[in-house]
Order: sequence, then C-alpha cells, then structure tokens
Amino acid sequence: MTTTTTTRHTAPAPTPAAAAPKQADTGGKVLGVFSHGFMIVWALMVTVPLGWAVIQSFKSDREILTKPLSLPADWSIDAFGRAWTKGHIGEYFLNTIIVMTFSLTLTMLLGSMVAYVLARYSFWGNRIIYYLFVVGLTMPIFLGLVPLYRTVQNVAAILQNVTGLAFVDWIGLNTFGGLVLVYVAYSLPFTVFFMHAFFRTLPTAIAEAGMVDGASHTKLFFRIMLPMAKPGLISVGLFNVIGQWNQFLLPKLLMFPQSGFDKERFVITQGLLNLANNSKYETDWARLFAGMTLAMLPILIVYLAFNRQIQAGLTSATIK
Amino acid sequence: MRHRRLPFIAGFLVAPVVLYLVYVIWPYLQTFGYSFTDWNGFSPDIPYAGFGNYTDLFKDEVFLRALFHNVVILTVYPIITIGIALFFAFMLNVGGSGKTAGVTGVRGSAFYKIVFFFPQVLSIAIVAIIWSRVFESSADTGLLNSLLLKLGLIDHDHPKLFLGETDSWPFKGLSIGDDITLDSPVVLWCLIAVAVWGGVGFYLVLFSAGMQSIPRDIYEAALLDGSSRVQSFFQVTLPLLREQISVAWVYLGIAALDFFLLAFALPSVGVQANHASEVMSTWMYYTAFSAGRMDKFGYACAMGIALALFTLLFTMIQLRVTRSRDKIEF
Repeated sequence: MTTTTTTRHTAPAPTPAAAAPKQADTGGKVLGVFSHGFMIVWALMVTVPLGWAVIQSFKSDREILTKPLSLPADWSIDAFGRAWTKGHIGEYFLNTIIVMTFSLTLTMLLGSMVAYVLARYSFWGNRIIYYLFVVGLTMPIFLGLVPLYRTVQNVAAILQNVTGLAFVDWIGLNTFGGLVLVYVAYSLPFTVFFMHAFFRTLPTAIAEAGMVDGASHTKLFFRIMLPMAKPGLISVGLFNVIGQWNQFLLPKLLMFPQSGFDKERFVITQGLLNLANNSKYETDWARLFAGMTLAMLPILIVYLAFNRQIQAGLTSATIK
Repeated sequence: MRHRRLPFIAGFLVAPVVLYLVYVIWPYLQTFGYSFTDWNGFSPDIPYAGFGNYTDLFKDEVFLRALFHNVVILTVYPIITIGIALFFAFMLNVGGSGKTAGVTGVRGSAFYKIVFFFPQVLSIAIVAIIWSRVFESSADTGLLNSLLLKLGLIDHDHPKLFLGETDSWPFKGLSIGDDITLDSPVVLWCLIAVAVWGGVGFYLVLFSAGMQSIPRDIYEAALLDGSSRVQSFFQVTLPLLREQISVAWVYLGIAALDFFLLAFALPSVGVQANHASEVMSTWMYYTAFSAGRMDKFGYACAMGIALALFTLLFTMIQLRVTRSRDKIEF
C-alpha cells in the first residue's frame, strides 16, 4: 500500500485528455467530478465538526450560546489557560504522561520478549501460551470489567499482607502503578500477536552468527534481534500510544478517590469527560472546548507525523 | 549454551505471562464463574444460582430492548460503513479520470485518506464532546439545529431533539406483552451516524490496501473487453476484495454488538434513564456498577457472558457465510 501511494504521489501529473482513449474520457470525467464531489463532502463532514469545536474555544461563552455559527469577534486564548489550570487539564496531561511512560515501556519490552521467545524457540507449551494471548485479542475488555476492579484491589492487598510492604499504595485502586500494570496486561495480546509475526519474518542467519560468536540468548535479543525489529516496534508502539492515550474504560473503572483523603488522579480522557459533565452545572463552554483542543493536539501531531505507519499498523491488525 | 536455554525462556516469559493471567484471563474466568451465582459483589457468601441468571435475561425487558437495539445496529451499521468505504476506496484507487485507461485513482487521494481516517484516532471523550454539541437540541447553540434554522427547515422554537429523541423511527415501537418494547429510537440512529463517521476512514484504508494488491492488468483487460467503470467495480473489484470485506463485516459486527463507548458517553442522563439508547454492554455496566442495582453483580456477569456468546455466534456465522471457499492468488 505504502509503495503504490508513494509512487503515484511523486509521479508527474499526467495530462488527462492526451493520454486517455477518447470514449473513456467523457465518462471518466463525469465520474471524476462526482467522486471528487462526494469526497469533498465527506472531508467536510469530518473536518467541519472538528474545526467548529476547536473554534468555539476562542469564543466567549456569550458568543457560544448566541452565535454558534459565527467566528469569534476577538480570538481570545484565555479559555486555554482556564482549561489548563482551573479545568485541571494540565494535571490530567501530566498524569497520563506519567502512566504512559511506564506502561508503554513495559508493554513494548514485555510484549516483544514474549513474542520473541514464542516465535524463535520451540518448547513444550509454546502454542498454549500463544493461543492464550490470541484469546485475549478476541475478547472485549468489558467482559472482564466487573471482576477486574476486585482483582486489582485484591492483588495489592494480598501482596501487602504477604510481604508487609505498601503494595496497596503502589498498585492498588486509584494508583498510577495499578493502572500501569492493567494497561500493560491489556496491551500485551496485540503487541505479542503483532511482534510474533514480525520476529518470524526476520532472517535466522544473523541470529545464528551471533550464537556462534558466543553471545548469550539475552544478549542476542537485546543487541541484535530487537534493533532488527525496529519497524515492527514502531508500528505496534504507535498503536499502543493511541490506544493508551485514548483509553477510557479502564481508568474510569479504576481511577477515582477511594476515600475522603484520597487524591483525584484522572487521566486525560476521563478528566475531559468529567469536565464535560461538570460544564452542565458551571457553564464554561469555552474552557471545555479548549480542554478538548488541548487533548486532541498530541494525537493530531503524532497522527500527522506517522499517518502512514498508523494506517498500515491499524489495518494490518485486522487482516490477520 | 544449550543448557541455558530453558532458564532464558522461562525468564523472558514469567513476568508478562503472570501479569496477563492475573489481570486479563483471571477476570474473564471470574465473570464466567460469577454468572452462575447470585453474588452481590461484596458479601462473604456467594449463593449458587445455576442457570437462573441466564433464564432471567429473557424476562428482563430492558435487556431485551437493548438486545433489539444491538440487532438494529448490527443490521445497518456494517452495511452503511462498508458501502461508503468501498465507494470511496474505489474512487480513490480506480475511479480517477483519464491517465492509463481508467485504472488510476483521483488526485489528492493521500490527502483524502489522511482526513477520512482521522476520527479513528480520536478518543471517545473528544468524539462525545463534539457530537453532543453538534446534536444539541437548541437552535441557538447546536450546530445542526442552527444550520437547519438557517436553511429554514425548522422554526426557532421547535428544534430537532436528536440525542434527546426517544421516539422510534422509522417504525413505531413494537410492544410484546405488557412491558417488552422493541424499537429503534432516533437517538440510536444518531449514535450509528457517529459510528459511521468514525469508522469509514478505517475501512477505506483497509479496502484501499486490498485494491492496490489487485494487479492493474486485470482492470486494463476488463477495460479492453469494453467493460465500464461500474461494471469493472462489480465484476472485478468486489469479487477480489471478498476477503477484506468479510473481515470488515466481522469487525463491524463485533463493534455493533459491543457499541459501549458511544452509547455510554453521548446520550444525556435523561435518555439513559429511559433506556432509549441502551445496548447490552451499557446495561451490563449499569447493572454491575450503578448504586441502585448493587445486588445484581452475578446477573451482570451473566449478561457479559451472553453478550460474548452472541458475538462468538455472529462471528462464526459470518465467517461461514462470507469466507470464499477457493482463495484467489495473484
């Protein structure tokens, strides 16, 4: 897909009338106009609601409520400041980044470790573990949602009892640690599945040469195989960045204050929806739209920078 | 070297596998187990209920209504999404004017793909905020209503309700017995519209990739044989895309049976209380977690398992019906 698009993109624009046979030409032109028309309409349907919502964040509340279709009289950026501080978007950003720093690193590391071992070593139980991960790929998250809450609570409590260490504060409910572990666990199936296919395609000759040189299995993995798997890591990494940034169900279930003394530790999606619900009571529409714009920015940047890999990565997940 | 193989394998596997078993597989198994109990979620005793929860499902009017909503979504959402995505994919890849005898895409197809795909990477929070304002039932603030007002299609004091509209359309709600209603409220159609909006780009890229793997000579041959673009679409492209379309149908079907995020985040509290936008997954969620129904934990688990079984059944039927028996290689 990538290659064809690229070649077409870079090829010099042809002169349509000269190259095409006469009778196919008129039909083609009519169809061409039609198809362009439809696609422009759809492009507007995608961009107009988005752009409209972004523009609202520069308006005053009065304007939002009385002149929904017009542009702001003066473009004020105050709402962004209000969203960042009073709307706590800054705090939610920071929380999300803390969680994702750890969850992404762990997902990629653990995921490729499992995938590598399953793809390149034969041992008893290999297939069982592989299919165990494939099963997780086909199950909807909400199926395990009801008991997951208890599981997170119990795992921390049991570890605390056994070891006497403060596990409840580290990986219990409403802790970053707990959320990180759950994110990793739920990101593993796809990561393993994708990287497994990738490691299988890597040539064996280099690995064998490394073995002859006396590298240990671990060294072989980190020094040779992992760097070779970089394209795959990027694809699945982007997939996980988008998935975890947008994750809503898991934090909704696990991240809320457990007692009057507990702090609020919302992540961005959750915090944004919370802001949306609050704005029904204390109306600051511009702040809400500004918060939404801020939350959309990182994803937009990542998307524009890597749209080819993201499109290829997301759709290839479907094909297999 | 050889004798360090097993410790290496075990060392690499143990942490991720344990993590996965504890946080993913174990909750799934628990859901299954609790579905046969009347556990309320916190008391120490867990009364065994056999298949009681499952038979109760068929007496639960909200669940049946939600199930019917899922069926409505399952009937229209995949076909609309696939239809639009196929059309656009064809236009982008084969529908261009001129050049090498009609087998080229329109100009700017890379740009269109970028724009169309974008909703796919947006979080549900952003989608919910945007669309709840687009559908806002006020001619002063809602995007659609103020557009309709400008076009003179509504008058100022009677805006369209959209997400607040619980009346059934296009058919009146079907009543069975005293409590069971089978309907498709307008709010549900709004949710489907948002889902289509978000999904088309993804399937467009999927079909696009499939179309680009079809050799161009086939189109050129078809064109030489005098087939029109429309003919070549139905007689060349569609049959060769069978595999991708089948996969898309399965994925959209699974999404239609799930449909949790949109039905959870978009409708207002009032509409949710009316169950007009209820689907199986949201009803399971409220049953398990809303304060008023705290004693229904086991029942909610049964709902989850039923939903998973429906999904499995659908996937199996779908694959059986659409998978081509003989694969075409090129």
